[in-house]
Amino acid sequence: MLNASNNTSYNDQGGAEAALEAGPDGTSNNSSAGGGVGPAGFGLFSTDFKKNDDLKEMLESNKESLKLEAMKRIVGLIAKGKNASELFPAVVKNVANKNIELKKLVYVYLVRYAEEQQDLALLSISTFQRALKDPNQLIRASALRVLSSIRVPIIVPIMMLAIKESASDMSPYVRKTSAHAIQKLYSLDPDQKEQLIEVIEKLLKDKSTLVAGSVVMAYEEVCPDRIDLIHKNYRKLCNLLMDVEEWGQVVILSMLTRYARTQFTSPWKEGVSFDENNEKAFYDSDSEEKKEEVEVKPYMMDPDHRLLLRNTKPLLQSRNTAVVMAVAQLYWHLAPTHEVGVVTKSLVRLLRSHREVQYVVLQNIATMSIQRKGMFEPYLKSFYVRSTDPTHIKTLKLEILTNLANEANISTILREFQTYVKSQDKAFAAATIQAIGRCATDISEVTDTCLNGLVLLLSNRDETVVAESVVVIKKLLQTQPSQHSDIIKHMAKLFDKITVAMARASILWLIGEYCERVPKIAPDVLRKMAKSFTTEEDIVKLQIVNLAAKLYLTNSKQTKLLTQYILNLGKYDQNYDIRDRTRFIRQLIVPNEKSGALSKYARRILLAPKPAPLLQSAFKDRDRFQLGTLSHSLNIKASGYLELSDWPAVAPDQSVRNVEVIEPVKEWVPTVGKAKPAKSEDKFYSDSDGDQEEDQGSKNSSSSSGDSSSSSSSRSGTEDSDEESSDASAKSSSQSEKSSSESETDQKKNKNKRNTKSKAKSKTVDSESEENNNGPVASSSSEDSSSSSSESSSDSDFGKGQKKSSSKSKPKVQVKEAQPKKEVSLLDLDDLTPTPLTTPKSAMYSPSLLSDLEGLSLSSISSPMQVNVPTFGPVKSHELLHHMSGKGLSARYSFPRQPFLYQPHMVHLQITLTNASDHLLEELHLGEHSPANLTLHRFNTIDQLEPQASVTVSMGIDFNDSTQAANFQLCTKEDKFSVSIQPVVGELLLPTSMTQQDFEKEQGKLLGMNETSATITMAVSHCSGAALNKQVLSIANLGEVITGQNNVHRFAGRTVSAGALVLVTVEQMETPGATVTVNTDKTVMASVLLKDLKQALASA
Amino acid sequence: MIHSLFLINPSGDVFLEKHWRRVVGRSVCDYFFEARERAGGPEDVPPVLQTPHHYLISIYRGGLFFLSVIQAEAPPLFVIEFLHRVAEMFQDYFGECSETVIKDNVVTVYELLEEMLDNGFPLATESNILKEMIRPPTILRTMVNTLTGTSNVGEKLPTGQLSTIPWRRSGVKYTNNEAYFDVIEEIDAIVDKSGTTVCAEIQGVIEACVKLSGMPDLTLSFMNPRLLDDVSFHPCVRFKRWESERVLSFIPPDGNFTLMTYHVSAQNLVAIPVYVKQSISFFESGSGGRLDLTVGPKQTMGKTVEGFVITIHMPKAVLSTNLTATQGSYTYDPTTKVLVWDIGRLNPQKLPNLRGSLSLQAGAPKPEDNPSLNIALKIQQLAISGLKVNRLDMYGEKYKPFKGVKYLTKAGKFQVRT
Repeated sequence: MLNASNNTSYNDQGGAEAALEAGPDGTSNNSSAGGGVGPAGFGLFSTDFKKNDDLKEMLESNKESLKLEAMKRIVGLIAKGKNASELFPAVVKNVANKNIELKKLVYVYLVRYAEEQQDLALLSISTFQRALKDPNQLIRASALRVLSSIRVPIIVPIMMLAIKESASDMSPYVRKTSAHAIQKLYSLDPDQKEQLIEVIEKLLKDKSTLVAGSVVMAYEEVCPDRIDLIHKNYRKLCNLLMDVEEWGQVVILSMLTRYARTQFTSPWKEGVSFDENNEKAFYDSDSEEKKEEVEVKPYMMDPDHRLLLRNTKPLLQSRNTAVVMAVAQLYWHLAPTHEVGVVTKSLVRLLRSHREVQYVVLQNIATMSIQRKGMFEPYLKSFYVRSTDPTHIKTLKLEILTNLANEANISTILREFQTYVKSQDKAFAAATIQAIGRCATDISEVTDTCLNGLVLLLSNRDETVVAESVVVIKKLLQTQPSQHSDIIKHMAKLFDKITVAMARASILWLIGEYCERVPKIAPDVLRKMAKSFTTEEDIVKLQIVNLAAKLYLTNSKQTKLLTQYILNLGKYDQNYDIRDRTRFIRQLIVPNEKSGALSKYARRILLAPKPAPLLQSAFKDRDRFQLGTLSHSLNIKASGYLELSDWPAVAPDQSVRNVEVIEPVKEWVPTVGKAKPAKSEDKFYSDSDGDQEEDQGSKNSSSSSGDSSSSSSSRSGTEDSDEESSDASAKSSSQSEKSSSESETDQKKNKNKRNTKSKAKSKTVDSESEENNNGPVASSSSEDSSSSSSESSSDSDFGKGQKKSSSKSKPKVQVKEAQPKKEVSLLDLDDLTPTPLTTPKSAMYSPSLLSDLEGLSLSSISSPMQVNVPTFGPVKSHELLHHMSGKGLSARYSFPRQPFLYQPHMVHLQITLTNASDHLLEELHLGEHSPANLTLHRFNTIDQLEPQASVTVSMGIDFNDSTQAANFQLCTKEDKFSVSIQPVVGELLLPTSMTQQDFEKEQGKLLGMNETSATITMAVSHCSGAALNKQVLSIANLGEVITGQNNVHRFAGRTVSAGALVLVTVEQMETPGATVTVNTDKTVMASVLLKDLKQALASA
Repeated sequence: MIHSLFLINPSGDVFLEKHWRRVVGRSVCDYFFEARERAGGPEDVPPVLQTPHHYLISIYRGGLFFLSVIQAEAPPLFVIEFLHRVAEMFQDYFGECSETVIKDNVVTVYELLEEMLDNGFPLATESNILKEMIRPPTILRTMVNTLTGTSNVGEKLPTGQLSTIPWRRSGVKYTNNEAYFDVIEEIDAIVDKSGTTVCAEIQGVIEACVKLSGMPDLTLSFMNPRLLDDVSFHPCVRFKRWESERVLSFIPPDGNFTLMTYHVSAQNLVAIPVYVKQSISFFESGSGGRLDLTVGPKQTMGKTVEGFVITIHMPKAVLSTNLTATQGSYTYDPTTKVLVWDIGRLNPQKLPNLRGSLSLQAGAPKPEDNPSLNIALKIQQLAISGLKVNRLDMYGEKYKPFKGVKYLTKAGKFQVRT
């Protein structure tokens, strides 16, 4: 009843308004009703003159469809920005409607107009209060959302209560919504701050990834200065980061950047040799080694600092440009100098994105490139300008190119600039000229070249280009006031043609400044100027006065009258500025009785040597802002910008971040585990269990859940926990030096963790046997526990495992336990052939196979092709340097037969360096090499090698498919040893997989000249198929081609450098004879290979 | 973060506004219009602007400006990225992102915007979640809705939002289970006057269309993953697997999505598939000029070049053209000064040629600079970098899906300077 009476009273009011509105709105809305809500086509109503009345009628009808239609039209009005507030009473009645769409539309309306109709809005509150108690979490959340969006101060207490309740809701989704509500309430009533901070504190402890982003957002808005709230949650946030939704990641990253700047000491200190070692030490659980390092190193990165850097790095691969930028700025502001480089690639990638993204990213790169040229120099070409780029993008790219210019690349850049100067976009051409000017001042080698180039531009047809050149030349001459009178003369000649005021003024200034160098021309120019004085622009007039004054002082004989004439003209000029200047100059230079004191110094005032202008980047001062922020983009401090503090000199107590736990095992395992991407897998499995929501809750609270989740979610869970525990132990050991009391508890933690770890392991084994029917899971878990995680082997398991896993169950597990350390895949034992392992990593493939693949419609199980890499038993190693000749340093090399990662056309070599002497060897590195055209990939310098220690490094050599030896020097700090590697022809190959058909087809192409064959007598021991295979593969790195025939064995490979196909066929005749055929267009190679094969097969 | 959103059409009218916090008056757009006036074209409007009380961040897409108003510090890329997501969502829902279509579906648009942001902070931006809550309009559904009065707002609640894999809805069912992957590579290159490559790089993207029932877990591996230098993934891809094994392992979203984008490492030389022999010259007298273009295939790996189009932005002084093309057709728009030569399929035996004269505005000076040529082309069944998909496996479901991979090479920002 109350409702109704209210309505009527408001209706009257509304009616009046409606009448006012009706006129202007009527027509436009009719059309929109036809188009906008078209489908329903309420033409009947749209013809009505007072259409808001019919909306009201529709809302009050009993038909759902009519109500919905009315609401749709009202939303259409709101969207257009039309006022629909007089319908409030009619709309608000439908707030409790059952129809979801209707309800949603009512919410939209309510949120929009509640502020204007506060009393009426109150009518809806009870509905939401009721909904807040709904058993369905989504309804609770949506009620809270709308309730908190209603900006009516009276309901602040209700909102506060609702937020508090929802913050401890079972559902993480509702908690997330309450985090959003915090910000809404805060903006409605800032007095609630204290209470809201309490809620934030509570929600910050939340372990759900859903909540994390939203609550940090609330924190940033309500209490960004309460850094103490973050301490306890810091590690958790770092670890959750990977799984937080992308928008939350951005907010958390920026908050953590600020946090880290207050809590850790600067990693940028001078003389810090911070490198891989430190990171290694962090992962290392060996605490003794650690201690030594502490003594050596003056700076030690806080493990928490490292944790942040490590956990954020994968986010550089995010598809969300904002996330990538957030990580980039975090690295920029927090990472040690040499690590910042990792963000470069990703930032350059963003340049492929939309125009607006490019704009912001380029701005940030511009700032970065000023301080660290090296970061972006390799990507110089990515900043080349295209004629289709919008102007602001062009200018930014130009800015960056200029920043990146150095002696080495300046010629390339200047050539590029030449193209730009001719651009049709004249503003851009002008900017290019300025850029040339900057290059000229920055790099003294090219100053003259640039100056000459700019002088050439003076004869350009375009005025803006000429004007800009003049201005830049003026600045350049000023920095180099040597014998450039030629250029000044040239400009004086051009003067008549130039009409742009700024350029004319610049020339005049130049002539005046250097009038003594051009004594003949200067007075003449002044004469011309005296004639045209009245028609010049103000800026030019000022310079004329200036020139006159300077000439008067230096050459008064010729110019006295002219000067007086000009000063007289200036005296009656319309512009007061010019009049003032004239008066001032006259008093200064013309001696009379009144101005005795100052005119003595006129010469020193006017002709004082002037400091050269600094041509510098407009982005020079932008680094005062945090990168990626709005303030940085605008170069103005935006409201709400939070300063990034300087690093503290001494790190605040780091123990504040320690989380007290009653059961140490528990706290670490579940939270930390989430950091890994594999967690998503984990989640996926638990999700399929059905009750992920409850699961999450219980996982966080009950102490046993760590174990239970690992058992239920099979390997991914265990993998995480076990990795993390070792991680955590490293952490604890690093802390142990600093506070011994802490380390004790941590150690305890570790012990506990190790227990879980072993438990987990045993579980892995169990679960594996259960899951044997699932190929990939089984194989990769075997990878886990056999601790051999070489890429190729795990990859290889993959294909085969799927094919064969159904056939085995138990035996596999046993086998694995029997030989846990060998890298050989367990699957091989199933087969009789010990040799080939698959790897899809190989870059080699057969062309026809690929065309097959293009369809990829092969069934997932039986695939004829597998790419092979033989992981052939013990790899033969050869001597490179004997310790006698190497003064204690000995080196051996071997071919690991894996593609070289850095340069695919290089042969991969592993070099084992051993220190057989009794003293420390330092700075092991590669010296000069020959022949000169040999390309090789050096290994990183080894700082030191302890006596009796040895280290294995990998390097790549491009042998260019020849057996020519590679000679190079192996250097220590003191000595250089020349060594030589003679490649074995079989090692210059990489295996290729192909089918028999492909093989035959390819072989058909390589006949005649390209075929070499020989008949041999085989040693009896090699006659069996397996032994033969083994023997061939020991000689050459080839892939076996599966054939149906028993007596014919085929092998295929490609040369590493050129990728030429090498096919080997061994055909067994009646024992022990056999024909060996090699087909390849590398004939030299073929004969050498054939010889090797002959030897290997014939020998016993 | 984001306070309000205004959609502005090319003629400068605000045709939709949405506020997530207190209402911000439309007059704030005036600052934007001023900047729009000052800038040469719509593309030249700076994306980030400052006004006395607000900051304006805008994107320009499909002829429309999406203008968002923010009041305090917020990462500009955050807003820009979100606005693009909104535009993509419209595209996804309505097939295109234009003024008409937004006006026609204003209610759906409003419902979408309402769900995408809460108090200016993104809430649900995954198309799968949104589609569960608000069904995209189809002709059939519109008819049914009109007749029965039902709505396109899903009866179901957005359970996807609670899931830990928010990109996939549960209970997907198809009669034909299919998974298609398109490997699309774009060549970005600048070729100079003499035909030498100034810079060239390959950017690739794998677009997927996965229609598989249940919760399939897919693994995609490449023959030569080392080619990939820099990658970014859809959130569904398990980054750890990629790091350790270089395979893409993921539970796919339902329907169309971008699985990954990549950049091919710089060491690999980029094969430029076509060459252009050009000579564009203007007479000293300033009365006209000549144009002679010949194109031909260069390194196409035995594939045919299709969809070959050359676009030239002529200098302002060029009034009209009188050209003959041996293949394809050309158009010259005298108002925008754009010459488009649509060649189509490239025949290596008979090289297409376009030649003729250009007439200049009387009295105009000879243009300083020759215009550069922008090239568009397509090569089917070829990934120019040589990237190959090795295999695709599915786990977690019993049925056998139909799988397909398609390769396509396109010209990205391919420019020939003259």
